[in-house]
Amino acid sequence: MTNPKGRFGIHGGQYIPETLMNAVIELEEAYEHYKNDPEFNRELQELLNEYAGRPSRLYYAEKMTRDLGGAKIYLKREDLNHTGAHKINNVLGQALLAKKMGKTRLIAETGAGQHGVATATAAALLGMECVVFMGKEDTVRQALNVYRMRLLGATVVPVTTGTATLKDAVSEAMREWTSRISDTHYCLGSVMGPHPFPTIVRDFQAVISREIKEQLLAKEGRLPDAVVACVGGGSNAIGSFYHFIDDKQVRLIGCEAAGRGIDTFETAATVNTGRLGIFHGMKSYFCQDEYGQIAPVYSISAGLDYPGIGPEHAHLHDIGRAEYVPVTDDEAVDAFEYLARTEGIIPAIESAHAVAYAMKLAPTMTKDQILVITISGRGDKDCAAIARYRGEDIHE
Amino acid sequence: MSKIKTAFDHGKAFIAFLTCGDPDLATTAAAVRAAAANGADLIELGIPFSDPTAEGPVIQGANLRALQGGVTTDKIFALVEELRKDVTIPLVFMTYANVVFSYGTDRFLSRAAEVGVDGIILPDVPYEEKEEFAAPCRTHGLDFISLIAPTSEHRIAAIAREAEGFLYLVSSLGVTGTRSKITTDLGSIVQAVRENTQIPCAIGFGISTPEQAGQMAQLADGVIVGSAIVKLLAQYGAQAPEHIGAYVKSMKEAMKE
Repeated sequence: MTNPKGRFGIHGGQYIPETLMNAVIELEEAYEHYKNDPEFNRELQELLNEYAGRPSRLYYAEKMTRDLGGAKIYLKREDLNHTGAHKINNVLGQALLAKKMGKTRLIAETGAGQHGVATATAAALLGMECVVFMGKEDTVRQALNVYRMRLLGATVVPVTTGTATLKDAVSEAMREWTSRISDTHYCLGSVMGPHPFPTIVRDFQAVISREIKEQLLAKEGRLPDAVVACVGGGSNAIGSFYHFIDDKQVRLIGCEAAGRGIDTFETAATVNTGRLGIFHGMKSYFCQDEYGQIAPVYSISAGLDYPGIGPEHAHLHDIGRAEYVPVTDDEAVDAFEYLARTEGIIPAIESAHAVAYAMKLAPTMTKDQILVITISGRGDKDCAAIARYRGEDIHE
Repeated sequence: MSKIKTAFDHGKAFIAFLTCGDPDLATTAAAVRAAAANGADLIELGIPFSDPTAEGPVIQGANLRALQGGVTTDKIFALVEELRKDVTIPLVFMTYANVVFSYGTDRFLSRAAEVGVDGIILPDVPYEEKEEFAAPCRTHGLDFISLIAPTSEHRIAAIAREAEGFLYLVSSLGVTGTRSKITTDLGSIVQAVRENTQIPCAIGFGISTPEQAGQMAQLADGVIVGSAIVKLLAQYGAQAPEHIGAYVKSMKEAMKE
């Protein structure tokens, strides 16, 4: 899908300061070399299987299926990975690549903290220094993850600029990278930023859809009718979609965080409320005002609280191959509780956005159809915040 | 070719940057006039952006103050139109790609040319992406100004050969802001530039003192100062223009020696 210069249709590109250009060119060259290197792939596969616990389960949610009375529902259990989310897939790939490139230091942005924890974990394992940038607001919302990163040996830098959330953490990580390039790799956590990041991160996350396909063929002997995943930057979603893009009969649905609703200003639903722009190294859709100032977005989910979307998603939207639907805070919290009660699985509040839409979609499908929901992460980190959302006075 | 070249006709050029609308547009206008009257050869007018990823804390703060004060791209076009009644030195816009793109690149550049802007600097548009902006700039008679960084290495030749207006040589790694010391081997970068173009080359990022300006002027055709001027605006507000005038004068003096 990638055109020259990392374009997905009109989206993507490399809109970054000249200072970083040789760094991304060096990264692209290294990636092009190592992605076909048998030794690199053997090492990565071993880390994914033996360390991260892949392949993740494709679980038939029988009670949920019966309760909703429509399509047969499978859950892709990325929450069962080491560190509790899909983020580790990409991080192990990038950290190993960085190590091969001779880098000794990883920097990363994080929203909910899952990518930061995964990066800190890989840095600990591979003996690298790690600095994670996290919006001040998010360090409060996800205090436990801040401690986890520090426990793993990382330095967490609270970012106070702008809205003090994920977008500001990305900006600050980019600023840090321009000041220290020679020993540092910027381990970007989503399918966003300048080329080659959207392609590299997608390739490392594509293991999700490769496994879904294999596992479902083994269990059911057929492809799913729909795959549903949550979308912030969109890494678990593109990972869940990628090997189905050419299977046109499979509906691909990304669930955006609508916050308090797409008719309010307190939303982070980029495709539904944004327009074409250039930011954080890429051309894509962004929430912005009439003069191109990036909008302060909002979602209950720190991991989806981002004003843009990865360029490949923007392209899949343009060509009508994937659908992007808004899911509100209220719907996501209901789904968070529903999955806990119905299946005994507490999903990340991010993943609960996908569960919420699947709860609406499944009853409209027939019993011989199959719906796969990617549970991108586990919800332990969200329990205190959701309890507070429901008015319970609970503190971590 | 625009009139940007004329900025380099009177010895080494002093180029001043400020963020439009910080603290308000009346102060911006007075500061531009004070800088021009005291020897500034070219002025970079920053159009504020919500998320200026190439800026350090000083200019980030200016962007934020300006936006909170309600400045918009249209108000800045009106400011330039008003300045052009008496300010004759070259003026260029410095902003981020999205400010131009979201306005409509062609509409933005057409309006910029109409009010008398001579060029544009977009720090998040490198060589690989520049034609999206440089081609319509040529249509409207504006120079698209390219940057060269300490990390550019073998890219210098290609960037220099296609350069327009002047080349902006970034002195150091990292974001904008004053620095006590500049350690990049700027002499060899300037030499690589000279081997590939006649276009003048100005050094920016980290320069604040007359001593630094004097040293940099030995190496290149001009010196760009941003954060030090923006600091004066943050410190003195509406009274900043007279301080900026005195500062520009001292810098320009130091560059003559």
